[in-house]
Amino acid sequence: MLNSSKVVGLPLPRIDGPLKVTGRAPYAAEHFAPGMLQGYALCSTIATGRIAEIDTSEAERMPGVVKIYTHENRPKAARRDEKWKDEVAVPGHPLRPLENDRILYDGQPVALVVAESFEAARDAAALIRVRYEAGEPHTDLFREQANSYVPPVLRAKDMAPPSPRGNAEAAFAQAPHQISAEYSIEGEYHNPIELFGTTAIPAEDGSLMIHDKSQGSQNSHDTICKIFGLNPDKVTVRNSFVGGAFGSGLRPKHQLFFAVMAALDLKRPVKVEMSRSEMFYLTWRPSCIQTVSLAADEQGRLQSVMHHALEATSRYEDYQENVVNWSGLAYKCDNVTMSYEIAKLDVSTPGDMRAPGAATGITALEAAMDELAYEVGMDPLELRVINFVHRDQNQDKEITSKALHACYREGAARFGWSERSHEPRSMREGNELIGWGVATGIWEAQMSPAEARVSLSAEGKVVVSAAASDIGTGTYTILGQLAAETLGVALSEVAVEIGDSRLPTTSVEGGSWTAASSGTAVQVAGRMIIATLLKHARKMDNSPFAKATEDQVELSDGRLVLEANHQLGVAVSDIMGEAGLTVIEEHAKVEPDKAIQKKYSAYTHSVVFVEVRVDEELGQVRVTRVVDAVAAGRILNPKTARSQVLGGVVMGIGMALEEEGMVDHRTGRIMNHNIAEYHVPVHADIEDIEVIFVDEDDDKASPIGVKGLGEIGILGVAAAVSNAIFHATGSRIRSFPITIDKILESETMQ
Amino acid sequence: MRHFSYTRAETVSDAVEALASDPQAQILAGGTNLVDLMKYEVMRPAAIIDINRLPLRDIEDLPNGGLRIGALASNSAVAYDERVKERYPLLSSAILAGASPQLRNAATSGGNLLQRTRCYYFYDPATPCNKREPGSGCGAIGGVNRIHAILGASDHCIATHPSDMCVALAALSAVVEVEGPDGRHDIPFAEFHRLPGDHPERDNTLGQGEIVTAIRLEGNHFASHHTYLKLRDRRSYAFALVSVAAAMEVADDKIVELRVALGGVAHKPWRDFLAEAEFAGEAVDEVTFRRIAQRLLTGAKGQGQNDFKIPLAEKAIVRALRQAASGRPQDQAVKAIQ
Amino acid sequence: MDLSSQHPPLSTCPVSLTINGQIRNFDLHPWVSLLDLLRGPLELTGTKKGCDHGQCGACTVLVDGERMNSCLKLAVSLDGAEITTIEGLGTPDDMHPMQKAFLEHDAYQCGYCTPGQICSAVALLKEGHAHQRHEIREAMSGNLCRCGAYTNIADAIEEVLGTEAAASVREAAE
Repeated sequence: MLNSSKVVGLPLPRIDGPLKVTGRAPYAAEHFAPGMLQGYALCSTIATGRIAEIDTSEAERMPGVVKIYTHENRPKAARRDEKWKDEVAVPGHPLRPLENDRILYDGQPVALVVAESFEAARDAAALIRVRYEAGEPHTDLFREQANSYVPPVLRAKDMAPPSPRGNAEAAFAQAPHQISAEYSIEGEYHNPIELFGTTAIPAEDGSLMIHDKSQGSQNSHDTICKIFGLNPDKVTVRNSFVGGAFGSGLRPKHQLFFAVMAALDLKRPVKVEMSRSEMFYLTWRPSCIQTVSLAADEQGRLQSVMHHALEATSRYEDYQENVVNWSGLAYKCDNVTMSYEIAKLDVSTPGDMRAPGAATGITALEAAMDELAYEVGMDPLELRVINFVHRDQNQDKEITSKALHACYREGAARFGWSERSHEPRSMREGNELIGWGVATGIWEAQMSPAEARVSLSAEGKVVVSAAASDIGTGTYTILGQLAAETLGVALSEVAVEIGDSRLPTTSVEGGSWTAASSGTAVQVAGRMIIATLLKHARKMDNSPFAKATEDQVELSDGRLVLEANHQLGVAVSDIMGEAGLTVIEEHAKVEPDKAIQKKYSAYTHSVVFVEVRVDEELGQVRVTRVVDAVAAGRILNPKTARSQVLGGVVMGIGMALEEEGMVDHRTGRIMNHNIAEYHVPVHADIEDIEVIFVDEDDDKASPIGVKGLGEIGILGVAAAVSNAIFHATGSRIRSFPITIDKILESETMQ
Repeated sequence: MRHFSYTRAETVSDAVEALASDPQAQILAGGTNLVDLMKYEVMRPAAIIDINRLPLRDIEDLPNGGLRIGALASNSAVAYDERVKERYPLLSSAILAGASPQLRNAATSGGNLLQRTRCYYFYDPATPCNKREPGSGCGAIGGVNRIHAILGASDHCIATHPSDMCVALAALSAVVEVEGPDGRHDIPFAEFHRLPGDHPERDNTLGQGEIVTAIRLEGNHFASHHTYLKLRDRRSYAFALVSVAAAMEVADDKIVELRVALGGVAHKPWRDFLAEAEFAGEAVDEVTFRRIAQRLLTGAKGQGQNDFKIPLAEKAIVRALRQAASGRPQDQAVKAIQ
Repeated sequence: MDLSSQHPPLSTCPVSLTINGQIRNFDLHPWVSLLDLLRGPLELTGTKKGCDHGQCGACTVLVDGERMNSCLKLAVSLDGAEITTIEGLGTPDDMHPMQKAFLEHDAYQCGYCTPGQICSAVALLKEGHAHQRHEIREAMSGNLCRCGAYTNIADAIEEVLGTEAAASVREAAE
């Protein structure tokens, strides 16, 4: 049996695991209701222009078809941008599906077929004839560089690069060691394995139950209510199980609109599930062109950092992410200038994808750091160590904690970095050149306002409720662990209810902030229960708690006890019985501490060591070993925490070597819109990955000491792989992904 | 998916008759490619003739030491058959280099021969493709063509054949047994698939109503000197950028017989019989391997994005010949190239 | 392309399948895939749709004991077959050893590819071709996991393989 007083920090299996491994966990498109209809969307095949004619007559004759929606007959919905803007919308005009005849990107939905069966809907969609008047598409970021601009409206106030400090140009010119290089990264697609889907089930009382694939049930709820003018109290959105999202589920997607539109119009339950091709038309990690210039003195100390990035956005919205700001805070440097611009393409609006901005910017910065190390002639890890800074120079704030030295030390030891020979092409085995690369990772440790409700029954059963989401991150389990520990019960006594818009307010699950935010709310609600118990216990005859304060008591094995002396205590059931209660329920609302935020910045840090083996003749790359050492504050569950980092590393390997949307710029169409030809890593690509969590105490990043882990795993990986490829081959390849053709064409492989 | 009529054939002649009488009919075996393409609206048969009940699943010994592989024998059944592993290990290895265990369990030998190209444009009905829609043009020329052909392409089509198994069958000079309205006949493997020319819509030389009933392997097994080397964008479950099936008979450090078939480079598994013959009697060494590679790639032409395939193929041929000569074939589960 | 093809009569075909041990009889349109039959009318949603084209392995089920992508199988073509889905392998209260190993090794995150991974892993054991870790990785490469749980999946399978090997050694000794 578990030691009930110690649940947090244990490597416990997920509490939602038994449902998942037995196929009993229902995802958004896996709910049923009598008379359910199926929807299937048809998407545009041009990138810009208009629909000249859309003929649905043949499709309508398909047996089983109930209705086909196009821009010519779409039911009424809100028109104003404000109504379509969700919690995490970006500046611009959100796309309103089927609003008019205009086409703004390849794959934009142009019709929805609703039918009695999936097959009828799908097969009728193929019979819709659309005649387009296509315009000339602009989808190549390289060709749009002249049309770049600084976003006039910021997505968030901290999105803009900080003002320059010192004089980076002059310091660069004077420094003995300089490097300057351009890095490009192709567009990537989230491709969670679950297809986006929504099931909308109207009830006779006018209420609407919606199961939506989303990273925030309340974001979907609030947005869809605004769009259709629905009474928010009559609408519920649930996302109990989310089959991966990686950022693609932050903003509501068109299938939510379609399912609700058809359910309201036809007054029947409707399910809309996307095709895999459609998943390439939703959102993406934008293609990016960056220039990084670094200069150092003879000892390798950074004298100048200049980082410029240009990213793609859509015609209708100005997506933005923080690509360059990391370069101003990763290392100590007094002369820094950073800039960020975007350019409009005929594409869908890019969106946040695992470590948005940072994954892109840190790839370039950390590849450039490796180039600088070789320019200076020093070990790449040593260069990072000597430029360590324990201050946020961008915001001129203190850092809550930064156990990065420990990451460097422990990671290097585990990897065996000291055995590395400095010269490129100096390590080999068999037909393969061996390369070792290193890179640092950084991500913001964020906390967002959050609420949670926790109840404790006289029998010791605990229920945790919050509108948080578990997208594979382990939310169910860690919230359960925090409640169990706070209330002194075993994890098996805790039921966790999340993924429901009716539950206490929680923002979308993103940015790695869920554990810190919802976790704190759960702990606070638990402490409130203890306070309530104490209040009642004090009133009891001969109460041992007469003089006890809230922080002197805790719950242990069903008893309220003095922390200092567990012998002195009263059974919870007795306290509740005496007070005439069967259950105590508390609702907590937490937010970040503004005073701390004013003085401190909080970040997670990591270092990634990578070994690649490159076939000397054929250029095939294998990533044979990865050690990722992470400093992320308190680790609530080492098992799920490790998985989060492993997953980030795998996606980083994909970013480094495989993932890219291939666009035919003549038509603006993505040609590899499937997961046979858009390559993500498979089992055979992934060899040994080791994750280390270094000790890091932090009482300021969040009240529970947690910093978050969803993003940190991917950071630095692509750079470390490219640095390892340089070490193996002697060639710098600055265009990602580093596919075999680029290796073969590099100078040392000729 | 276009709706279709469905019939189950009980005998080969039933299937032939049904297929011959309906130009819009297609044969369904494992379905791994046909159902895929039907869902994409790339193939739109009006009738499906399911041949899974036909007695074509066996792998039989032939009196000459060869094997006769029934058209419905699954890719897995062939790859793991003890006789295939022992006598034609090149075939086993090539099959295991392709697709996934799930697909290999469902996919059949006959179906593998009839696999259609993975060209992005062929797969996307919104784009022009002379193979899918004769006369509509070739989207890949001047478009996204990283995976396309460097040998034997035409102005109408630069698609490649996607199979791994067929590359080995080409190297082994298999024979395809066919049954049609005019009876049974054999097609030498090299004549089964065709180059695109003016008719890229035709992948092979099967006549109307003809079905593949078996694949025959006879003659040299090349069990001692062979390899299947596949280069791709990830370490498994991806189509070949370039693959090489190499086999040779060696005596006194000289080539007695040479076989090299290339995958991922042309509209069909690429073999050059004349070139192979030129190297009989040559020394088994690096110089020869390089000359072979250059000779085989005579006339290779890139399309821009796929230019790298020419040096990649050259190096892959040399490497494969080295593996074959040394008797150390590539193990498909080992990702370091031997 | 001529899209104005007349719709053929919507005739259905009788199909009998044994699904998780139960014989089920259907009248199906021939264009219904095994995957859509399971996930739709049968409400057996443990089998997942990730691509519908044999590119991800999330729909992997056992057909007469062999793992296959159910998305590429027309249900009519399987008449008489035995199908085992994730629901047939175990329940939350009575898990298959592979399901237990996945739970213990955290061999999943979002859980969506998981049923396909587990069906594939169960078949891998029976096939007997994969013994070492690199062979497990190759033999599991038809199952994508976008959460990147690959190393944990390999650990889970390796453990069950080890247990099975130990059991067969014990059996042989008895």
